[in-house]
Amino acid sequence: MSADVDVAAPGIGLPGGDEADARPGLWRRGYDNLRTGNLGILPIVIGVAFIVVFFSFKATNFFTADNFNNIIVQMTGLTMLAFGVVFVLLLGEIDLSIGYLSGIAALVVAEFQLPGSGHAYPGLVAILIAVGVCTAIGGAQGSVVALVGVPSFVVTLAGLLIWQGVILQVLEVKGVIVIQDAWINDTANYFFTSTNGLIIAGIVTGLYTLGTLGSAIAKRRAGVSIGNPWMMALKIIGVAVATFGTVAVSNHASVPNGLPLAGVLVVIFLIVLTYLAKRTPFGRHVYAVGGNAEAARRAGINVARIRIIVFMISGAMAGVGGVILAARLNSVDLNVGGGTLLLDAISAAVIGGTSLFGGRGEVRSALIGALVIATVSNGLNTAGYKTGTIYIVTGVILLLAVTLDTVARRLQVRSGR
Amino acid sequence: MTDTPTLQLRGITKSFGSVQALADVDFEVRTGEVMALVGDNGAGKSTLVKTIAGIHQPDSGEVLFEGKPVHISSPKEASRLGIEIVYQDLALCDNLDVVQNMFLGREERDWLWRLKEPAMEQRTAETLRGLSVTTIRSVRQPVASLSGGQRQSVAVAKAVLWNSKLVILDEPTAALGVAQTRQVLELVRRLGEQGLAVVLISHNLHDIFDVANRITVLRLGRDIGVYEREHTTQQEIVQAITAGVPTKVAGIPEAAPELAT
Repeated sequence: MSADVDVAAPGIGLPGGDEADARPGLWRRGYDNLRTGNLGILPIVIGVAFIVVFFSFKATNFFTADNFNNIIVQMTGLTMLAFGVVFVLLLGEIDLSIGYLSGIAALVVAEFQLPGSGHAYPGLVAILIAVGVCTAIGGAQGSVVALVGVPSFVVTLAGLLIWQGVILQVLEVKGVIVIQDAWINDTANYFFTSTNGLIIAGIVTGLYTLGTLGSAIAKRRAGVSIGNPWMMALKIIGVAVATFGTVAVSNHASVPNGLPLAGVLVVIFLIVLTYLAKRTPFGRHVYAVGGNAEAARRAGINVARIRIIVFMISGAMAGVGGVILAARLNSVDLNVGGGTLLLDAISAAVIGGTSLFGGRGEVRSALIGALVIATVSNGLNTAGYKTGTIYIVTGVILLLAVTLDTVARRLQVRSGR
Repeated sequence: MTDTPTLQLRGITKSFGSVQALADVDFEVRTGEVMALVGDNGAGKSTLVKTIAGIHQPDSGEVLFEGKPVHISSPKEASRLGIEIVYQDLALCDNLDVVQNMFLGREERDWLWRLKEPAMEQRTAETLRGLSVTTIRSVRQPVASLSGGQRQSVAVAKAVLWNSKLVILDEPTAALGVAQTRQVLELVRRLGEQGLAVVLISHNLHDIFDVANRITVLRLGRDIGVYEREHTTQQEIVQAITAGVPTKVAGIPEAAPELAT
């Protein structure tokens, strides 16, 4: 279900340049990429396949349509947080507050739907308030980083403590707040009918095809050489298989039958945020600031503004994730936003290939990384392992993924690319 | 070459506290010429460039751009006038490709807020071709993969892209090998031939005598004089840089070095 809107297609030669160089064949390019250590998402795909096969043998109820839907719903909140992390990491910053910030969102959304509280609003309004509050908090934290110059590690570490404190203070009095509003709970618990699921798959595939063809036509019209047409066709087929495949499996699930709305929300955010990162001047400036802040400043980019907006995105995505995580449990309790949520979100972005040092990464890496973490944790759970094992395995995978990436990049440097 | 200089500075003075960085400096550069700016460390070259760039404001003196008095209050104002500066430490982002760097901060976008990639790619290719930069294989390769000379070429092309009238190059060959230096100097010469006013700051007199039409020498914040490349020697310039020549004193003509000996 990776509906990637990839524009950084390499190898578009200067007109009049060597055509053979500018348009290598598919295999040739694949081989070149392998040789130079440009592995892309290949190791992750192989890794996920391996994990799936392993647990399919290990646990009888892992490789089922029901569990497939389970994993989608389980990973949604984490994925949303990780989307925000990608933007922060692209800047070369860190946001440690997102775990408990998502808890704040859960708290706010639960509070503003509470019947009889005097401030009960419709679910959608409560969601908007919660996400808005988190965006504002992100903006405030970002302002301290960007305008005052306090390191983001310190600012957001303070945020982590403060928002955890707020949650404890409020919920020590109130105990558990139950969420009854259907709109809010549906974000994690609604499943589309079989037909609607297929329609959605059709829309996603159609939009991706239109987008890909549209940009190819624009390139041709401008006289700029387009990428390999076979590669383009292959990508479209890949998206079609992934989306229709997902819907087909979800439609086979029995207990929560049909495509989960949560999965659709992930795809929507994936598309919107990828567009923002890759197709807009703002996204370009985020990469520039992360790559060389001084060069960005000299190019006339308002670096502080970019930093603040990125922390707002991080806060907003923590808010969205927090609402979905709360909706999954239909309630908010003292543990909200805690546990390994923060570190899982950062790990997800990093496992997916986003650099901790800024300027390098993709929005989709959050989804890929979250998929790995959620699959492993679900698989180990299903196979009856304890929490300790899950932590150890996740840690080993994180280390492996980053080591592989580092080695691959060193190869890349050595081959002079 | 027209008679009105593209940029003319008259009697520029600038102090930082008690340190006088520039004292009564005159400087000019004409359309289509490469004007070298030389001087020892601390002679005031950087301060002068920063004044032109709008980073510093002069304490006194006059700045004329294309014959009209201007007040360059900020780097934005400078680039609005058509002044572009290529800094020594290359203001390029390694993680972005050539097109992305060329348009950084001034991206073209449509009503959907979408970057006009094909248009920008096309203009980048055109600009590089116009400057005869042929060594860059693809405008879609990241700048990190380019050689020092290619990176410098991109930085220069970036300055040219914006219909600039005056390009200031700060030590463009400082970190380059022989072949790459030649490549960049060739580019500098071509900028002049295309009708731009070029200011070249360098410590390397070899480079300067290779491409510059005229040479302005700064020493201890004062301008020692302007030399025509055709009518001067490297020795004369070195002497002016190190010992100074009182050409500005009334009554003593440019032949001062002979008087001194």
